[in-house]
Amino acid sequence: MANNKVFQNAHDAMQGILFDGMTILSGGFGICGIAENITEEIKASKVSGLTVVSNNCGIDGFGLGTLLHTRQIKKMISSYVGENKTFEEQYLKGELELEFSPQGTLAERCRAGGAGIPAFYTKTGVGTIIAEGKETKVIDGVEYLLEKAIKGDLSIIKAWKGDESGNLVFRKAARNFNPPMAKAGNICVVEVEQLVKTGELDPDHIHLPGIYVDRIFEGKYTEKKIEFVTLREE
Amino acid sequence: MAWTREDICRVAALELKDGYYCNLGIGMPTKVANYIPENINVTLQSENGMLGMGPFPLENEVDADIINAGKQTITELPETSYFDSSESFAMIRGGHIDLSILGALQVSEKGDLANWMIPGKMVKGMGGAMDLVAGVKKVLILMEHTAKDGQPKLLKECTLPLTGKSVVDMVITELGKFDITPNGVEIKELAPHVTLDEIKAKTEAKILI
Repeated sequence: MANNKVFQNAHDAMQGILFDGMTILSGGFGICGIAENITEEIKASKVSGLTVVSNNCGIDGFGLGTLLHTRQIKKMISSYVGENKTFEEQYLKGELELEFSPQGTLAERCRAGGAGIPAFYTKTGVGTIIAEGKETKVIDGVEYLLEKAIKGDLSIIKAWKGDESGNLVFRKAARNFNPPMAKAGNICVVEVEQLVKTGELDPDHIHLPGIYVDRIFEGKYTEKKIEFVTLREE
Repeated sequence: MAWTREDICRVAALELKDGYYCNLGIGMPTKVANYIPENINVTLQSENGMLGMGPFPLENEVDADIINAGKQTITELPETSYFDSSESFAMIRGGHIDLSILGALQVSEKGDLANWMIPGKMVKGMGGAMDLVAGVKKVLILMEHTAKDGQPKLLKECTLPLTGKSVVDMVITELGKFDITPNGVEIKELAPHVTLDEIKAKTEAKILI
């Protein structure tokens, strides 16, 4: 099947789509399920003034943390950024803008962005500083606030397996923010651990249909990193 | 004699009922999982997209793709399922989770909760806490009864930025177990040798006697 979604590597896959000041939506939770090959390529491109929408901002020296180090990020939209010293330094110096969005609201804003829903009402954040400046409405006696959808110029996604048509399968808890982020970008680039021929994945077991995926390549990985290895006693 | 942190977790675990779906917050709430009574079946949800969390792994079971919301390695169980973050929070916000156990900086007698931000200090973010307290059927808070400087944490009004308004149902501290009711804070259980006078001295919220 010829549909030109398949690229040889991160460098080829990222040609012609990066520009200064763009908004990038990143999948992943902590450093689990993050598009590390694509992030390295964004770093190498030196594109700057980025707004990055991501639940977290990587850790020092890995994932989105590397783009902080090179000062390519202007603004983050996240729910939790506690894992990153560089982030703290730049934020406290006023060099980095930050918009907090509650985690479920962030996921739903991106899901909505990809589903053609411009905004939605939610109870999350009512009566808190998150509600400041936002429209509220009482429906059946309960107060809700209006949250706007998020759309981006580019989605950067990591999956376990993908086929040449862009159908994706994620592995365990590495799915997290990848599907909602994939749906809300104008262009969606995916790196996979295993790229397989179209037809090799069971159609009943596809987590994200290929319609959401524009470019796909097999990434290069060493050992998967873990933020906090926590063990039980034998 | 006040309760230890272990005691608090043990008392909290008694709030779990057979068949419950629960979300445990980072820190002390995570440890409640160690005290779930053996005769009941409780399913733990992790908001990064996992239902049916097992214990921490042995060294040879570690899998980088199986982590909890605190980014710690965890294991799966026969009943485990995985899903994306919007599905995960649809469960939470749709009222399908029975109980959320969280920590707190302050709780008011009206059930307002402050647990994510201290102005002037580095703010790490609310994560999923605002969604959890807004959507889960019952919210249980585990915290120390007073702050490090001795100031009460059970207050008439929270002074720190809120995580949610009128969301807390129950608070367990080293001094006892308390229900948040429309009329004030009701003592459900006192730790051994803790007196009503001690509670009154260390609590600003209205205590129902």
